[in-house]
Amino acid sequence: MLDSKVPSGPLAEKWDKHKFESKLVNPANRRKFSVIVVGTGLAGAAASATLAEMGYNVKTFCFQDSPRRAHSIAAQGGINAAKNYRNDGDSIYRLFYDTIKGGDYRAREGNVHRLAQVSVNIIDQCVAQGVPFAREYGGMLDNRSFGGAQVSRTFYARGQTGQQLLLGAYSALERQIHLGTVEMHSRTEMLELVVINGTARGIITRDLVTGAVERHVADAVLLCTGGYGNVFFLSTNAQGSNVTATWRAHRKGAFFANPCYTQIHPTCIPVHGEDQSKLTLMSESLRNDGRVWVPKSKGETRRPEEIPESDRDYFLERKYPSFGNLVPRDVASRNAKAVCDEGRGVSGGMAVYMDFADAIKRVGEHTIRDRYGNLFDMYAKITAENPYETPMKIYPAVHYTMGGLWVDYNLMSNVPGLFVLGEANFSDHGANRLGASALMQGLADGYFVIPYTLGNYFGSTKSEPVTTDHDAFKEAEAAVNERTNKLLSIKGNRTVLSFHKELGKVMWDDCGMARNKEGLNNALKRIPEIREEFWQNVAVTGSGDDFNQTLERAGRVADFLEFGEMFAHDALLREESCGGHFREEHQTEENEAKRDDDNFAHVAAYEFNGYGKTPTRHVEQLVFENVKLTQRSYK
Amino acid sequence: MATTNGSINGHSDGHSGKTIALHLQVWRQKNSTTKGHFENYDLSGVSTEMSFLDMLDMLNEQLTHEGKEPVAFDHDCREGICGTCSLMINGYAHGPDEHTTTCQTHIRSFSDGETIVIEPWRARAFPPIKDLVVDRTSFDLLIQAGGYVSVSTGGVPDGNAIAVAKESSDKAMDAAACIGCGACVAACPNASAMLFASAKISHLALLPQGQVERKNRVANMVRAMDELGFGNCTNHGECEAVCPKEIKMDNIARMNREYYFAAL
Repeated sequence: MLDSKVPSGPLAEKWDKHKFESKLVNPANRRKFSVIVVGTGLAGAAASATLAEMGYNVKTFCFQDSPRRAHSIAAQGGINAAKNYRNDGDSIYRLFYDTIKGGDYRAREGNVHRLAQVSVNIIDQCVAQGVPFAREYGGMLDNRSFGGAQVSRTFYARGQTGQQLLLGAYSALERQIHLGTVEMHSRTEMLELVVINGTARGIITRDLVTGAVERHVADAVLLCTGGYGNVFFLSTNAQGSNVTATWRAHRKGAFFANPCYTQIHPTCIPVHGEDQSKLTLMSESLRNDGRVWVPKSKGETRRPEEIPESDRDYFLERKYPSFGNLVPRDVASRNAKAVCDEGRGVSGGMAVYMDFADAIKRVGEHTIRDRYGNLFDMYAKITAENPYETPMKIYPAVHYTMGGLWVDYNLMSNVPGLFVLGEANFSDHGANRLGASALMQGLADGYFVIPYTLGNYFGSTKSEPVTTDHDAFKEAEAAVNERTNKLLSIKGNRTVLSFHKELGKVMWDDCGMARNKEGLNNALKRIPEIREEFWQNVAVTGSGDDFNQTLERAGRVADFLEFGEMFAHDALLREESCGGHFREEHQTEENEAKRDDDNFAHVAAYEFNGYGKTPTRHVEQLVFENVKLTQRSYK
Repeated sequence: MATTNGSINGHSDGHSGKTIALHLQVWRQKNSTTKGHFENYDLSGVSTEMSFLDMLDMLNEQLTHEGKEPVAFDHDCREGICGTCSLMINGYAHGPDEHTTTCQTHIRSFSDGETIVIEPWRARAFPPIKDLVVDRTSFDLLIQAGGYVSVSTGGVPDGNAIAVAKESSDKAMDAAACIGCGACVAACPNASAMLFASAKISHLALLPQGQVERKNRVANMVRAMDELGFGNCTNHGECEAVCPKEIKMDNIARMNREYYFAAL
């Protein structure tokens, strides 16, 4: 049985009580402790900077050429905080409640309440750093409502909120690098976790420019490496986003929780062809003014502007009169898929319209340009259509993964000394994440949670002196070299990209927006077959002691090919629908997700049993002391 | 197999839109110590709906099938925000489209049979790594010289305790939108980083949070620019012309003004 270590006592007092009871490391002693941080998105950059400011020795790694480029930078819409600046009824408890409900009651109460509590500190911190949040004329911070919330609690910087928050964290990190408290390794990829006496004590990395394989030792390892959406090949993630760091840690004993919880974002630009490498998200803030519709009848051939109101079906407004176009992401995505499955999709069948004509009529094109100008421009660049004149076409795409390495309340995995922050862990969003909550969690973990819980770990654990000469380092380094040599020696006939695409197609068809037993069993049969062929027939050109992007990608795809199987396995065993996990066998008469709280109000965390072997499923029962589990209704 | 998710990866016809043929001249360079050269490649069946980087993926698939090493190029988000992609296309940083990164450039901007010359950013402060990939660490070093407000985590006032005029905030955001791609440096005949540095200096000079360190920031960042091997500004305006985020040369004027004030 997994112990969440959520403190006892009233919900609102848990975090304060825990902070008080946590062990401290006195400022003069902090320099005796070293920390490895992998990843420089919001969680990794915030943690690196903050821990260095406190006096710890920090070594930070990213695969990008600069820490500023981590994929947090692409988040558009905003960041939630329970400031109640709008005087519209928001509170820490309401943000907590909305997040638990939005996650379809599959997250921990204690973690989520803490997230809502520290959300207010995040805004203060970012403002102090000079993040240029949107302002009102009186100079106060502006807010907007976002993705299924009935209060305006979202802070934003045009459509580039993730960029501005990341640049804030990056600037704090660069300041520490300048002061010599952080040793930064960019263009460096973590390829193994080193575990000594059951405790995480280091990593093995590959310098992506020279190919040098290196050993790094520390008293704790923090993985801040993001999500695994690219297992689907096509997603809104960056090309480099991968599961390798968390998967390598999983193989060394860290449990992987709820891998089947995936968020399919409803408003992305539809797919155009086979050679496409990436899907692009359009911020869901657009749903504040855009009306989503399809033609009422199949086989409609008229241009959208020519279709009269009477022949249009505004299906979200029709089915969900009180939330309308602002229903949560999972609901919006499934409904778009449903009308397309009925044959009423547009532009080849796999798209729906998002129409701004009414909003432009109501508030004027100028105001719409003010609100969404950069998003409209981006749409026009990609599609060569003008969304001010003709409706946008959108379709759901894989966007975020709620699952991740299992962590307790302290953000520590079941491997002592291994901490996991941000999207890479599983902890706060349950089965579905609300809009503008990813940025909140990344920064909460990095700025305000890990500084306390890591100190508690150091203060209560005796770390034995270890050097990189330890056998565990030698073995891990040898494993990395062996794998690299194996990949280079196959010299097969198929490209890495072709395997990634093949895996992605299986994942999308059988583990995508709707899943059923037959499809999942097919995935469980197909993925090992693709993996076998990969290791027989992949073509990796070049050498290992050089800048070699094909080799980098090959290693990542090899890990996706192992991970995808566990994903399908988890989706098969979760015999219910909840949030982003929709099992066709488990739906209400109105085709909504039907949870099974008696049997599945738990976290499923998997233990690695060896390559190709079925992982052991561990369970953490979720305890709800404050909220009542209800069927989500957005009608 | 569930048939209900819609085919995202498999379009029946493989392409939408029309297809064209392209002749590519691509800079190949093994590493920083080896001399580079152009190689010629022909590519046919390129869909006009593809992005420029999808097209390079296609070229690399073709090269891999021929047993040749693919072309190395930097890219990541492919949605115009991370600043990783960095190609000189037909002599223009980020290619022919205005205010558009390489990754957001589409093949529809090129014509059938066209020759496209693809080179890396060329600047002393951006040493080559391989093929089209260069090292832009100098930009990080420039930020380290002072591109921040020196606040540590915790102990800061409430967000609304610092009022910022909407106009200042909007202007600061215009400057802060810089993605750090380096196109400004690549396009400048002097390989100057003035547009990049001035965007950060402006962003923070326009906000109350940036006032305390205002003078030191500009003095330190200007010194760092020189030390890192970037050139000076001689008002060509190439930087503004190629900037995918429309960062204006007004920022350079502001930086100069800040610099004089700092020296007083």
